[in-house]
Amino acid sequence: MSAPLLAVDGVETFYGKIQALRGVEMEVREGEIVSLIGANGAGKSTLMMTICGAPQARNGRIILEGRDISRMPTHQIMRLGVAQSPEGRRIFPRMTVLENLMMGAAVTDGAHFEDDLARMFTLFPVLERRQGQRGGTLSGGEQQMLAISRALMSRPRLLLLDEPSLGLAPLVVRQIFKVIKELNESQGLTVFLVEQNAFHALRLAHRGYVMVNGVITMTGAGKELLAREEVRAAYLEGGAH
Amino acid sequence: MADTTTAPAPSAVEAAPAPSHTSIVIREAVIAAVIAAALASILLGARTDIAPGGLSLEYRPWNIVIAAVVVFFGKLALGFLGPRSGVDLGGAFSGLAPSGDALSHAGTYVQPALLVLAVVGPFLLLSTYGGSGARQYIELAILILTYIMLGWGLNIVVGLAGLLDLGYVAFYAVGAYSYALMALHFGLSFWVCLPLAGLIAALWGVMLGFPVLRLRGDYLAIVTLAFGEIIRVVLLNWYEFTGGPDGLSRIPRPSFFGIEFSRGDGGFADVFGLAYSPIHRIIFLYFLILSLALLTYFISIRLRRLPIGRAWEALREDEIACRALGINTTTTKLTAFALGAMFGGFAGSFFATKQGFISPESFTFIESAVILAIVVLGGLGSQLGVVIAATLFIGGFEFFREFEQYRMLVFGLSMVFIMVWKPRGLISRREPSVFLKKRKAISGDLVGEGAG
Repeated sequence: MSAPLLAVDGVETFYGKIQALRGVEMEVREGEIVSLIGANGAGKSTLMMTICGAPQARNGRIILEGRDISRMPTHQIMRLGVAQSPEGRRIFPRMTVLENLMMGAAVTDGAHFEDDLARMFTLFPVLERRQGQRGGTLSGGEQQMLAISRALMSRPRLLLLDEPSLGLAPLVVRQIFKVIKELNESQGLTVFLVEQNAFHALRLAHRGYVMVNGVITMTGAGKELLAREEVRAAYLEGGAH
Repeated sequence: MADTTTAPAPSAVEAAPAPSHTSIVIREAVIAAVIAAALASILLGARTDIAPGGLSLEYRPWNIVIAAVVVFFGKLALGFLGPRSGVDLGGAFSGLAPSGDALSHAGTYVQPALLVLAVVGPFLLLSTYGGSGARQYIELAILILTYIMLGWGLNIVVGLAGLLDLGYVAFYAVGAYSYALMALHFGLSFWVCLPLAGLIAALWGVMLGFPVLRLRGDYLAIVTLAFGEIIRVVLLNWYEFTGGPDGLSRIPRPSFFGIEFSRGDGGFADVFGLAYSPIHRIIFLYFLILSLALLTYFISIRLRRLPIGRAWEALREDEIACRALGINTTTTKLTAFALGAMFGGFAGSFFATKQGFISPESFTFIESAVILAIVVLGGLGSQLGVVIAATLFIGGFEFFREFEQYRMLVFGLSMVFIMVWKPRGLISRREPSVFLKKRKAISGDLVGEGAG
């Protein structure tokens, strides 16, 4: 089997004296959608942020395409074909939709800007209608679409999505997950998804990981995990909408 | 809306809470008056006088009554006309002056008009008031332009990059002292020193930038405030180098590209066949600061449309998101500090050559505060807002010179009023830096406070 696109090897992350990740092992292979699920405070977002280098891992290695990125500053990691749609979306509220998208393309040389922009407007037609509007005036769902598009503007090979379903209506969640699936199938985009919405996340994913208290406790194919009794009991009680 | 059938008529909705609003306002006014009376009883009510055998205490009960009455009616007026009262004071004011949004809508016409006015202004003044009469007005215009330039320079740091800098005057001082020292010690001309002074100030901007890279908001403000004071205290105490409190005097005046503004042969008037008049130099200084200010304007306008300018604005909005998009926040912040400082340094050089004398007294914290106030009241990031605010404040300062005692009172009051009615500054609209098909801008008023 070929080397994974992203490999996390024994990573430990601390916030001061508090240990948030206790030796995480996981990998994402080219062309995969991988979901990481877990309860509040399990360390899901910390793992994603550690991959991005903020905070940096105290121990362990993070390998991107054979290269150790665990000591790199965030902005350099993001220039290696990684893009992130951060938790809470973090779009630029006073800048227009178009300016937000331009910021997404900041690391590129701009040669494909027009094409990429057209691509985003096809993925999310609402963004085209809202292009002159301030980011802060968009609805939550539109902001999430903007955050994903902004990340895609850098033409990443690996897209990191942190809780894209947070606070959104079920219908919008379904639309966003559909787009992620499409991107993966049509363009071979590799996606690493951190979610509390276990049902949607695992149904979408090729493989999934379950995190409890800073360690991976279970792994397997997405549908397989979804069928497991302990996963259903812990994360899906009444959650399958 | 689903509940339109059940909702009462709008007039009923407004009518119901109206009496309670009135009573709340009156009660608040009474409380404020009581507090004012309590404070005034000590602060205004008692006065010590020199009496035979020592001091005597004199009571002035009327002062307490006046203070209480003024506060009562002031609070009452604020309650009925204030921002939460529903009365549209903005509309009332728009009769007196166009609102900020109207101004920026008309920006396409206003800005060229202002530029033309700035260019022909001194000649209009000359023909109206004559050489000696126009002088004070042109000097006032020079002062205003200096502050406009400083405001535009600080706007890069505060308005675009969102880095609250309370020590901007430090770069102004660095620029002024750089020029003065280079001119006095090495005899370099103004035109050689100007870029050098800008570079030195930019270097100091980077030096300030490095330690504060991790700071934002209040913390950054405190450190920059301290930095401004450090520079001033060093200038004050390094007697051998800076002249300490005596300052530096006999700083060379600028020449018209090598031609001095002197009486007699080879002077400006002689070369151009004019009768000698001291006003020539004043007009030259005016056009010098005008072109320096315009340089600042065009560079910052241009930068805003470039990737670095967008990165500054994105940095202001969300630093974490910036890093997640691969922006190097370190260099982005440092360039903002350096460029802002550079324009401060240019303005400082101009100040030194105009005055001919500088001392640390010209670079106190109040200068930083005034420049920051101009930027904030004008509307963060708005170039035209800076012009309006600088003209109002500096012009107002000079205009009310006779009422010296009340100057700061009026200054403070006007700041409070602007912040109450236009919390985002006089011009709150942010013009998008890029358009795809048609121009469309969104007013700042459409976005609630905090959301944008």
